[in-house]
Amino acid sequence: MRLSYPSNVKVINVPCTGRVDILHLLKAIEDGADGVYVAGCLEGDCHYLTGNLKAKKRVAYVKKVLEDIGMEPERVEMYNLSAAQGTRFAEIAREFTERILDLGPSPVGSEAKSGGEAA
Amino acid sequence: MVVGESKPIEEILSMVADFNKILLTGCKGCVTVCNAGGQKEVGILASALKIARKKEGREIEIDEITLERQCDPEYIDQLEDPIAKNGYDAVVSMACSVGPQYIAKHYEDMLVFPALNTTFIGGSLEHGVWAEFCQACGACGIHNFGALCPIARCAKSLLNGPCGGSAGGKCEISQETDCVWHLIYERMSRLGQLDKMANVVMFKDWTSSRDGGPRKIVREDLKQ
Ligand code: SF4
Ligand code: SF4
Repeated sequence: MRLSYPSNVKVINVPCTGRVDILHLLKAIEDGADGVYVAGCLEGDCHYLTGNLKAKKRVAYVKKVLEDIGMEPERVEMYNLSAAQGTRFAEIAREFTERILDLGPSPVGSEAKSGGEAA
Repeated sequence: MVVGESKPIEEILSMVADFNKILLTGCKGCVTVCNAGGQKEVGILASALKIARKKEGREIEIDEITLERQCDPEYIDQLEDPIAKNGYDAVVSMACSVGPQYIAKHYEDMLVFPALNTTFIGGSLEHGVWAEFCQACGACGIHNFGALCPIARCAKSLLNGPCGGSAGGKCEISQETDCVWHLIYERMSRLGQLDKMANVVMFKDWTSSRDGGPRKIVREDLKQ
């Protein structure tokens, strides 16, 4: 299955989204990413039981931080899909890219552009 | 442990609004255990502050140092070098509020700000939930109450309870709050000591508490 997704999405692999920390998400924004999303397994399907649920809470925390400092919380998102859903992966990448295009460039600005994370 | 929580970011941002270079310092003691001001939280706050300031087009430089403790002078000494060398506009402490006071005392010419609200002496109920258990009254009397503290845990600090507001094990102030006097009753009953609850506990001498002014403990056996 050769599916294409927007080339602006930079994929960073982690063994499980439970590894994704609040600071990873913040650093992406701090370094100028226009948005960052976490692509975790479907809820209930985590190989490590609760990694994706932990990631979801951390994403919510970062959204709150962004809100508190007057930035759009939509620049950070959590998606859930299974490893077999390649089409959905590409769809999410397009969906999120469109959302970020609507929001415009990050007010933090830098060379680094919108990033994504998948696990 | 001393339990604290981060002040709202907006409040911290306004504290450092005029500065371009600050030292953000955490503590590996209580506030690390209650996830409020350890190395990790220092990193998160530093990043959030930097994002907020970059957004305004006024970047702020933040150094991060997490000390073993901020409530002992020998650890505060460790900030001497970085403070002397780096020309910080201010120090922001993420320790309980003992920390910023220690830093202010040691570095007389430095502006110091607290990043936490120090909230209570307590413990964790589960991961991410903490509750108050002691009010440091200075003369512990919990043996009179089945080893539960009504001073810290009863909304009215009743020594002879419960009041008429106790219902279904909950305190009248909120359904979220256990009535400690209900808990005391249940425990005394389990211990077969219900008869002791008939004893009237007399007034407490509050001079051992804050009413006696700021407190100090001097241990001649340890003093040098
Ligand atoms: S009686 Fe005093 S010292 Fe003992 S737990 Fe209550 S507040 Fe703390
Ligand atoms: S309901 Fe219980 S905890 Fe609440 S004030 Fe009355 S005695 Fe204290």
